[in-house]
Amino acid sequence: MTSATSPALPTAHERRRVGSIAWHVGALLVLAVVLYPVIWVVGASFKPSKDIIASLDLLPTAPVWANFSGLADGISGISIGSFFWNSLVYAVLAVVGVVLSSSLTAYAFAKIRFAGRNLLFTLMIGTLLLPYHVLLIPQYVLFRNLELTDTLVPLVAGKFLATEAFFVFLMVQFMRGLPRELDEAAKLDGCGHLRTYWSIVLPLSRPAIITSAIFTFINAWNDFMGPLIYLNTPEKYTVSLGLMMFRDQEGISNYGSMIAMSLVALVPVIAFFMAFQRYLIDGMATSGLKG
Amino acid sequence: MTLVKEAPARPAGKRPAAPAAGRRGRRRETLAGYLFMSPWIAGFLLLTAGPMIASLYYAFTSYNLFTPPQWVGLDNFTTMFQDPRWQKSVEVTLKYVVVATPLKLLLALGVALLLAQKRRGQGLYRAAFYMPSLIGASVSVGFVWRALFSDDAVVDRTQKIFGLDVGGWIGNPDYVIYALVALSIWQFGAPMVIFLAGLKQVPQELYEAAEMDGAGPLRRFWNVTLPMISPVLFFNVLLESIHAFQVFGSAYVVSDTRCGPADATLVYTCYLYQKGFKEAQMGFASAMAWTLVIAVALVTAVLFWSQKKWVHYEEAAK
Repeated sequence: MTSATSPALPTAHERRRVGSIAWHVGALLVLAVVLYPVIWVVGASFKPSKDIIASLDLLPTAPVWANFSGLADGISGISIGSFFWNSLVYAVLAVVGVVLSSSLTAYAFAKIRFAGRNLLFTLMIGTLLLPYHVLLIPQYVLFRNLELTDTLVPLVAGKFLATEAFFVFLMVQFMRGLPRELDEAAKLDGCGHLRTYWSIVLPLSRPAIITSAIFTFINAWNDFMGPLIYLNTPEKYTVSLGLMMFRDQEGISNYGSMIAMSLVALVPVIAFFMAFQRYLIDGMATSGLKG
Repeated sequence: MTLVKEAPARPAGKRPAAPAAGRRGRRRETLAGYLFMSPWIAGFLLLTAGPMIASLYYAFTSYNLFTPPQWVGLDNFTTMFQDPRWQKSVEVTLKYVVVATPLKLLLALGVALLLAQKRRGQGLYRAAFYMPSLIGASVSVGFVWRALFSDDAVVDRTQKIFGLDVGGWIGNPDYVIYALVALSIWQFGAPMVIFLAGLKQVPQELYEAAEMDGAGPLRRFWNVTLPMISPVLFFNVLLESIHAFQVFGSAYVVSDTRCGPADATLVYTCYLYQKGFKEAQMGFASAMAWTLVIAVALVTAVLFWSQKKWVHYEEAAK
């Protein structure tokens, strides 16, 4: 626009324009690859079963609802809602457990001075790097001896016992950043640690708690190996196991509904992500910088 | 500091008791500390340390869950090292780790450099690119992957345009592992976010100084950006390779529940799962688990040792 009036400006301006266009082309290209599978599953859910694999159209020409109405029949007598309910119970219990136990532990690490604190902190960080597979078999033996397999207990016990070191770490980092004056003032006012924790530190740690809660929810919702090992009554299956059961029993005859259920299973995760993406991404980012 | 200032204001009568109160106070603090972290301590003893010791013991026994463990010495380890399927699982896992981790990190770094430029829509792109990291582990995405890489589906038809006629990757023992690699690379968003945070911390003056010295973009990247983000790079390499060693769900869901075809996706954890939970060979599976722990510990140790050579920590960190 300004090119006619001043001849010096346009080159810089144009170069910036070209750079900007190149940037957006690059970003859009990556975006297309990243979103393709997600858009694919949305489109596939509305296609007749036989078209899902073979048709290259991303979106259906004539959308059908049959795949979703097919879900109403359930899988071998178990309603689809049952799987979603079980996953929800698992995820909510996991969130409650992680938030309570991790915040208590983090408070001790961040706000109380006591002998052995540094050693315990090192141990906790060490568990972050431990491949959890070494615990798989002995934990299974333990819960089997306690006759707790085929319940949610083995899946959530660790959550209530702060074994998710990543979240403890996240909260410790956050609580250390809170101004010391606040808890010292509380102490002078005669607040014990429990009061200080509950009325001061916990409310101020909201961002770290939200991050941990959402990550925990999503991890529990997606969890596959835990339910695979511990749950064996189909009525108790979570969505992950329900989907696997679907594939094994009706994966060919009712392929469209299986894909539709996959889409429905993704909805809570994507919804949480859209609502809380700031918290999740910032939580991820700080973990890397301080680790 | 404030405590010292406040001290004289305390009632005079209490002052002589201060040292005793201090000791008692410290003891009370210690008690409070351990009480607050009692959930973690219980979890650590019951669900981490205890099981680790138990599993170390099982590794030297024959144990099928129904009869008590029988001590067999090193038998599990000698059988394991000679077991062709175990060797195959090591091969598959190493291939996966060595191919997927660098490619994923390269893409993560490349896209992070792109997003580090301030442009309109940058935040939206960042969010969208991160999303696969949250859903990638789900069974749903596993099914999608299986569909995309099966015969006559989009990948197959696209490769045909380029003259590659191998059919869908899912049924092909030579290619199926790369479908898993692709799924791992698709989740580049998590390391990308960490790279981005690292890039933001590089002082702008360094770039300006380099530019004044006549350094082009490549030199600036090599001599300024890379050393400055090397701690973040180290963190990502460590975390991503440890995760890659433990891959399970995608092998189980994307290929088939036996991690086939022809054991082509028999990743380490998948074999461990089969041995432990399908064949009830808890001793053998524990020996496998401990071997994995030692392997991962070695990789971690080598990485930590190597960081002296290439990781650049700022002297005046904050």
